[in-house]
Amino acid sequence: MGAICFYFQVHQPSRIKKYRVFDIGRDHVYFDDSSSDNTNNKEVFLKVSKKCYLPTNELILRLLQRYKGFKIAYSFSGIFLEQAEHYSAEVLDSFRKLIDTGRVELLSETYYHSLSFFYSKKEFEKQVDLHNDIINKLFGTNTQVFRNTELAYTNELAQWAENKGFKGILAEGWDPILGWRSPNYVYSPKGTKKIKLLLKNYKLSDDVAFRFSDRSWVEWPLTVQKYASWLSETEKDAQTINLFMDYETFGEHQWEDTGIFSFLNAFPQEVLKNKELYFATPDEVVTKFRSVGEVDVPNVLTWADTERDLSAWVGNDIQNSAIVTLYGLQDRIFETGDKEIISDWRKLTTSDHFYYMCTKWFNDGDVHQYFNPYDSPYDAYINFMNILSDLTLRLETTRGGENNARK
Amino acid sequence: MRVLMFGWELPPFNSGGLGEACYRLTKALVAKGVGITFVLPKRQDINLDFMNVIFADLPEVGEAYTICCESDTKGRKPVSMTDAAVMYAQKASLIATKYPHDVIHSHDWFTYPAGIAAKRVSGKPFIAHIHSSEYDRTGGNGANKQVWEFERMGLLEADRVIANSKYMKGIVVREYGVDPGKIDVVYNAVDRESVKPKGEVSLGLEKLKEIGYKIVLFLGRITLQKGPEYFLLAAKKVLEADSKFVFVVVGNGDMYEKMIMDSARFGIAKNVIFAGFLRGEQRNKVIDICDVYVMPSVSEPFGITALEAASLGKVVIISKQSGVSEVLKGALKVDFWDTDEMANKILASLRYKPLAGLISKIARSDVDRLTWEVSADKCINVYKSLES
Repeated sequence: MGAICFYFQVHQPSRIKKYRVFDIGRDHVYFDDSSSDNTNNKEVFLKVSKKCYLPTNELILRLLQRYKGFKIAYSFSGIFLEQAEHYSAEVLDSFRKLIDTGRVELLSETYYHSLSFFYSKKEFEKQVDLHNDIINKLFGTNTQVFRNTELAYTNELAQWAENKGFKGILAEGWDPILGWRSPNYVYSPKGTKKIKLLLKNYKLSDDVAFRFSDRSWVEWPLTVQKYASWLSETEKDAQTINLFMDYETFGEHQWEDTGIFSFLNAFPQEVLKNKELYFATPDEVVTKFRSVGEVDVPNVLTWADTERDLSAWVGNDIQNSAIVTLYGLQDRIFETGDKEIISDWRKLTTSDHFYYMCTKWFNDGDVHQYFNPYDSPYDAYINFMNILSDLTLRLETTRGGENNARK
Repeated sequence: MRVLMFGWELPPFNSGGLGEACYRLTKALVAKGVGITFVLPKRQDINLDFMNVIFADLPEVGEAYTICCESDTKGRKPVSMTDAAVMYAQKASLIATKYPHDVIHSHDWFTYPAGIAAKRVSGKPFIAHIHSSEYDRTGGNGANKQVWEFERMGLLEADRVIANSKYMKGIVVREYGVDPGKIDVVYNAVDRESVKPKGEVSLGLEKLKEIGYKIVLFLGRITLQKGPEYFLLAAKKVLEADSKFVFVVVGNGDMYEKMIMDSARFGIAKNVIFAGFLRGEQRNKVIDICDVYVMPSVSEPFGITALEAASLGKVVIISKQSGVSEVLKGALKVDFWDTDEMANKILASLRYKPLAGLISKIARSDVDRLTWEVSADKCINVYKSLES
């Protein structure tokens, strides 16, 4: 038994508004929906802030003050931070207070929460740099550990991260990859020398993130005592139990009335009753432990669905058509040198746009539909393609920074 | 299991989907060993090898659903639709004594009095199957009170009610006050082979396609319920964006002339073709040749044509106010009144090719799941639940 390593993903996409064929060439505002639809980013942000960010941050702050051994890590998407700056200084300040305790680590990722690593390395690197800039600007801190969008990971990504000087990288602790091995140790990615790999203990993570309020689950209701006893039951010499989840688990995915806040409130105390457990951040874990072995991930591994691949984002023809068309515009986008065009294009690289086009949920889980602000995956695709058509038109009328199409 | 079934029409003498649904359903039921005596109101040249079709020998009666408002009651027909339904019931008592049966199954309001009358004679359980309600046909406004009353009486007297969608079930519960516990949902199905065009029928639309026109189809009764005016409004918007479209309207109905006038008024008459009522091969051909099939119904209990078009791999745009939208995932859905969105989807589905491909792929698996065998099994379960 060893470290409890928490990492929370904090992200909100910039959803695109209802955009029809007739809007092409006439309306170049894609993201600032002021209607009452679920694509009104400000409204969504404020709603989630009220349900999750503000109350959870307040609780986490209390826990950090009360338990000096309590530590956590966050990964913010740049697009989240950008919205926080615009919509709620209160949210941003509440995160600052947590970071100021010195026991909150921040992770590195792409600014736009994109899958650019798999479509354009050049753009990917740029987005990691942009993310680094905003973290620096807002929190005055640096990152040591990298996590890619949706935890999408390959050997190649780990090799890139090592070259960039990262000390650690995160991935899903998926059984088919690990075989008999446990996710509760530090590993080395294949083809690297120094960088270390932390693997999500998806069973224990998902017990909280997905199953906490599931009344059909045999373990429901999940008490903190029961959960702490599971943590204590891990291998005697385990190095780290990596609990990775969306921050919106608290209050947004699991509503307050499920008891999720009481669970979190009691968590540190219950865990620390076991003298062999302690809290550590990803950087501390990769610094402290040596790798116990190599992990080989030649194909993309993610944290989503039973497939743990990219099929939730690029699994059907419309998703592929959308993402290929988007990245196909890249060179022409940058040739314009037009800041707004580049920023609009980048916001479209956010993985959520492709997730909304997923048709897998037609047959199985409805997880996808819950997060979908559009009526259907087809609607999401039509919207997205209409916007790409408009963006293409803007390219045609914009040469070298001169923009005639702007309203 | 012997079923005494009261219908109003069977192909080829049908005016719409009711006759087709009865034909396919009975065929599948018979294949599963159910014996059916199918009653039609008037004598017609129908001879089916799989079931016994008998006739109540009423005088000339109207086509199914030919009244949908108060003023229609005394129509052009020798007898009004409601009078015909009463006469049908008188004959039904006699038929019920002559043809032994275990259960009575009636299709829509004009056969409910017949079903009730048969039940009075034989004492066997009565099932009211509802494919379309006065509420749908009139959009809830200006409903014919007598028709409404026949419907209500049939649904309330029935031992079980079969609705062709959850949408229909909702209407039956909400508008007619029927106990939801006695309603079963049995979806219609589609037989792909029966829709696929076989012969070399030419409609003259092929030439338009050759010179680059896209064809958008409306197929259904041209009545308020089916929302033809929303189709024209969407057509106008599409044509403003792209003139290489032809909108084909197939069907007849009380709004036929108004639609022709409107298309002229909107200045789109040269891009709108009124093809009248088509059946058989011509009907299949027009579905097959279109690029997009639109069903803008204001209230559509099921909407089998959407399923037929989907089975031919067409992009289908259906109103959310329809039963078929519950089972057809491979379809684009719109609110019937949102003609901007309808036009947006017509244009987008043709502009972004992968969308049409994915939709028809998903529709294919939807259609594969919806067979008349499945519908027949569900009906048999209803029959069995009434046996004891």
